Amino acid sequence: MRIALFVTCLADTLFPEAATATVRLLERLGHQVDFPTDQTCCGQMHVNTGYPDEAVRLVRRHVRVFAPYDVVVAPSGSCVGSVRHQHPMVARRAGDDALASRAAEVGRRTYELSELLVDVLGVTDVGAYYPHRVTYHPTCHSLRLLRVGDRPLRLLRAVRGLDLVELPQAEQCCGFGGTFAVKNADTSTAMLADKMRHVLATRADVCTAGDASCLMHIGGGLSRLRAGVRTVHLAEILAATEADTDPPGGRDRTGPASRDTAAVAR
Amino acid sequence: MSGRGGAGRTTFLGMPATAPPGVGNLRGTEPFPAAARRALGDAQLRRNLRHATGTIRAKSAAVIDEVPDWPQLRAAGRAIKADTMARLPELLEQLEAAVTAAGGTVHWATDAVEANRIVTELVQATGADRVMKVKSMATQEIGLNEALEAAGIEPVETDLAELIVQLGDDRPSHILVPAIHRNRAEIREIFLRAMPGVDPALTDEPAVLAAAARRHLRETFLATRVAVSGANFAVAETGTLAVVESEGNGRMCLTLPETLITVMGIEKVIPRWADLGVFLQLLPRASTGERMNPYTSLWTGVTPGDGPQQVHLVLLDNGRSAVLADEVGRQALHCIRCSACLNVCPVYERTGGHAYGSVYPGPIGAVLSPQLTGVADNASLPYASSLCGACYDACPVMIDIPSILVHLRAQAPHPRTEAAAMAAAAYTMDHPALYAAAQRAAGLGRLAGRALPPPLNGWTASRDMPAAPPQTFRQWWAEHRSGS
Repeated sequence: MRIALFVTCLADTLFPEAATATVRLLERLGHQVDFPTDQTCCGQMHVNTGYPDEAVRLVRRHVRVFAPYDVVVAPSGSCVGSVRHQHPMVARRAGDDALASRAAEVGRRTYELSELLVDVLGVTDVGAYYPHRVTYHPTCHSLRLLRVGDRPLRLLRAVRGLDLVELPQAEQCCGFGGTFAVKNADTSTAMLADKMRHVLATRADVCTAGDASCLMHIGGGLSRLRAGVRTVHLAEILAATEADTDPPGGRDRTGPASRDTAAVAR
Repeated sequence: MSGRGGAGRTTFLGMPATAPPGVGNLRGTEPFPAAARRALGDAQLRRNLRHATGTIRAKSAAVIDEVPDWPQLRAAGRAIKADTMARLPELLEQLEAAVTAAGGTVHWATDAVEANRIVTELVQATGADRVMKVKSMATQEIGLNEALEAAGIEPVETDLAELIVQLGDDRPSHILVPAIHRNRAEIREIFLRAMPGVDPALTDEPAVLAAAARRHLRETFLATRVAVSGANFAVAETGTLAVVESEGNGRMCLTLPETLITVMGIEKVIPRWADLGVFLQLLPRASTGERMNPYTSLWTGVTPGDGPQQVHLVLLDNGRSAVLADEVGRQALHCIRCSACLNVCPVYERTGGHAYGSVYPGPIGAVLSPQLTGVADNASLPYASSLCGACYDACPVMIDIPSILVHLRAQAPHPRTEAAAMAAAAYTMDHPALYAAAQRAAGLGRLAGRALPPPLNGWTASRDMPAAPPQTFRQWWAEHRSGS
């Protein structure tokens, strides 16, 4: 199947390993991945910060870039949620009903990674190998906007060598919320503190999720604590095999602090 | 709605007014982030809230699970409310006619000032200098207690939690559990300090505290001739008003006095008697986690020789017509004040209700208060959410709170530097070559150090920034896949 990658601006810029893992995984499963290079950002930050008018041009660009594809995938529940639920609303608000209906059409063909694998490609065992103790945080938008349900857990349970441990109060928000983390930094940090407490209680080596944004938040907090727990995107775990020499997620992601903690974790 | 009866519709000119400033309790004295910061530093408050919201959440979830048609009930609740809002003027006139026919008197109040004046004059006409109150959000919203006190009339709250708040010279912090921020040791201290004639040997056992309040209130019930209440529902076809409560103290106020004055937001009307069947199933399970509400009081005008012989209904607008005029925001008027959204909100659980600065805290408050006052007067509230969506899932009438929050953010006044940055970002992201250059610059910039400049230092105060990757994804793609 020919699949267009909607990389998301965050994975493109800061977490390319989540995107390259998505490419490697889908190619390993026998599919052709296209990366339309005119894509940039879905505009969710603009919409959620109160700038829907500024987002119209980004919605128009996104729809133009991805309209030619039958199947689009993104390694993010939040960005897929934005495309599916916000793009038509932004277009309608701007009085462009034609754009709204084209956006709705693109939204129907756009899938979050676990949705694509389980619902469209019909696989739960993707042939991955990842010998680590892992806990999974269901991100709010994948959970409540997309309703991905247990698809990510079904994928993780089929990974060889992976020890999956349940995260207490998993469905509580980590406190990221886009610009919420900056505008309401203290409240966001209080939410993060509880999320980190639950992650640490699992004694997992790795905390995974389907969104690089929430992982950046959780990982940034864990790094500050020198907690010795890495955050790794779901795509990287599913792309990992016995043939990998570098452990996925091994890149020093969070500055000087994580170098110390990597040593502690080993 | 303004003016008397249906006249508002024919004389309507321009946008409906929002709730006036300087009266009532819809506006805080500081923005949410500042108020939240102080609340977050209170360890006792955090413990009280975590315990209380966690307990209610679990109890409510358990009894909701018992109802096989809960999704259908929610959909029915939403449909009835949407129908009500679509023909609100007609239903209110029907309600007025039915209440009047049953011997009650209906008053129309454009705003808090007018409502307070109407109630004060009604009390003064009875000659009473004290009123007892049934727990009511509408009267908290308009600041009725303050208005009555200014006129020399003493209001006595009879709901146990409202009494705790009143005796503690405090403010309510939850719609359903106004003293949720207090634990029993703190309540004991408040009673010892402020309750007349309290036993100095009072302990902090819940039953002992409740018995002390009971003794205190019983005298009030028997000696007070005027009561003021709110209403959970008003049935347009019959003129019946309904109050839903757990203690029976409301029932005392609604049956014992000679005069009963009810202040009700105009959105509380429902079309038919049968509609009560939907809401009386939804409300207790979503709010207190009870299968059935303990005390449901219903009254229709005056019943000669039984109960209050003077029955008044004050229909309050106070910004509601302005909310109704907003196609997206009007859903907030569907709220039945169950507080389920507060109990599941990760922000509310950590900051408590006072940080919102309004009698309506939590997610519903973050969409209702700014609409009632105009968004400019409560501009920080639509941002007091991570948009996690737990409130929408919990709402028994399916109010899409996250969408309203986002909608209101677009109406909020924006800081000039933020607006400029957002416009520049949108322009850059609409030009892929500029965007790629900005990505590389961002990567280089982060090598400079770990602390970001304001306003982004909110991030680095508690979280590290990820180190820049060796290359962006699109650079990797150009090297490894492009043209292959």
